[in-house]
Amino acid sequence: MDVRDGLLYTDEHEWLRVEGDTGTMGITAYAADELGDVVFVELPAIGRALQRAETLGVVESVKAVSDLFAPADGEVIEVNEALVGKPELLNSDPYGEGWIARVRLANPAAAAEGLKDAAAYRALIGA
Amino acid sequence: MRATALLERHRSLGARLVEFAGWEMPVQYGGIVEEHRAVRQRAGVFDLSHMGELHVQGGQAGEALAHALLTDPPALAVGRAHYSMICAPDGGVIDDLIVYRLAPDHFMVVANAGNAPVVADELRARMAGFDAALDDASLRTSLVAIQGPLAAAILTPLTDVDLAALRYYAIAPGHVAGHAALVARTGYTGEDGFECFVAWDEGTDLFDVFLEAGAPQGTVPVGLGARDTLRLEAGMPLYGNELTRDTTPFDAGLGRVVKFAKAGEFVGREALQAAQERGRSKALVGLVVRGRGIARHGYPVHRGGGEAAVEEAVPIGTVTSGTQSPTLGVPIAMAYVPPDAADAGTILEVAIRDARVPVEVVALPFYRRPS
Repeated sequence: MDVRDGLLYTDEHEWLRVEGDTGTMGITAYAADELGDVVFVELPAIGRALQRAETLGVVESVKAVSDLFAPADGEVIEVNEALVGKPELLNSDPYGEGWIARVRLANPAAAAEGLKDAAAYRALIGA
Repeated sequence: MRATALLERHRSLGARLVEFAGWEMPVQYGGIVEEHRAVRQRAGVFDLSHMGELHVQGGQAGEALAHALLTDPPALAVGRAHYSMICAPDGGVIDDLIVYRLAPDHFMVVANAGNAPVVADELRARMAGFDAALDDASLRTSLVAIQGPLAAAILTPLTDVDLAALRYYAIAPGHVAGHAALVARTGYTGEDGFECFVAWDEGTDLFDVFLEAGAPQGTVPVGLGARDTLRLEAGMPLYGNELTRDTTPFDAGLGRVVKFAKAGEFVGREALQAAQERGRSKALVGLVVRGRGIARHGYPVHRGGGEAAVEEAVPIGTVTSGTQSPTLGVPIAMAYVPPDAADAGTILEVAIRDARVPVEVVALPFYRRPS
């Protein structure tokens, strides 16, 4: 199962890439595989203030509905509008074209707190 | 949890297994959308061995079933089948069924997996006093289906049954890949296709033979996930969703199965006659979502244009099944709504999380195969 080095991971199978004060988030390949074919994504509003673990959106596969959770505190500055027409990007490229949202991190220095590195996430999913 | 004879085959094919109606069954192999498209465009192979096969035999087998069910099995010609239901005395649906007439005094009733024991018990009780005996062959029978536009071409060289002469809702005994089989032209996908009943231990070989024979045409194994999206597009009810003990056949738009004119009394007649005269209080409709979101089982339905917040409004109905339609590319659903909201073209709303999303009532089925 594809787990990328250099990303941070949540126990809810989401990833966070921190670049300066910006965090980009998505769901992991493991999550995409567990969901199956993703057919619908509900994205958060730009400008919305988020607190870690708060529900920010929804991903639906043919069979399942799954909430998305904020991986860090911050404000939504960009969402991946391509997912509206092509939700299957979450399956085909979960770490790339299937990114979900960019957040201006409230506390970039502390973003890693409470999140897992790639090795710990691999251990979580038994990869 | 029960397993079909094919469980190890599903494992070796990498299926994701789930519990369904007390059985460990494959929900998907490669992916639901891919499997769904394979059945619409080519062919797919299904393990349906969890279904119940109840054989009713005896000099009054037909009369006994006419008493127990809503349809009139004695009217079936040998080698033909029809869709039927068994109802409680109050008219609530206990299960929907297919009844096959195998011989003048031999019928096979195929019940849903989760209901088969209840149906067997009800049939036994209702057949008391008739010259008829019930044999529950569910755990001796494997059921392997091949469905899709190429199903007949793939099956023809494998069987001595004359498929060209086997009409829709017909059944014939013969052989498939050397196995003694009952071959029926029935299915739950909206496509042409066949269901093959064989001995329990022969199911895996039949499944393998179908997959191998169909491989050049892109035939794939299909799990219960795509089976559900296929039947929903075809507008077919699923017991537990569209049909329950709290629905009558009239509610579901399936009043045609109730044969009031048949000879003799049948269980549920009085209640169903009253229900027909009263007129239905709810109607099963097809919905296409016109906004963003997927209307799923259990979501509330409201009249269109409502101002009240989702948590305050009183729903007029409930979604019974819903999914993103792989064929149509839009979210589709079935729902129960009041009859005055059931006309095609009516705009209603479904509460999807904290939003009211517009949906349009459409005629069922959503998908009809090209003829």
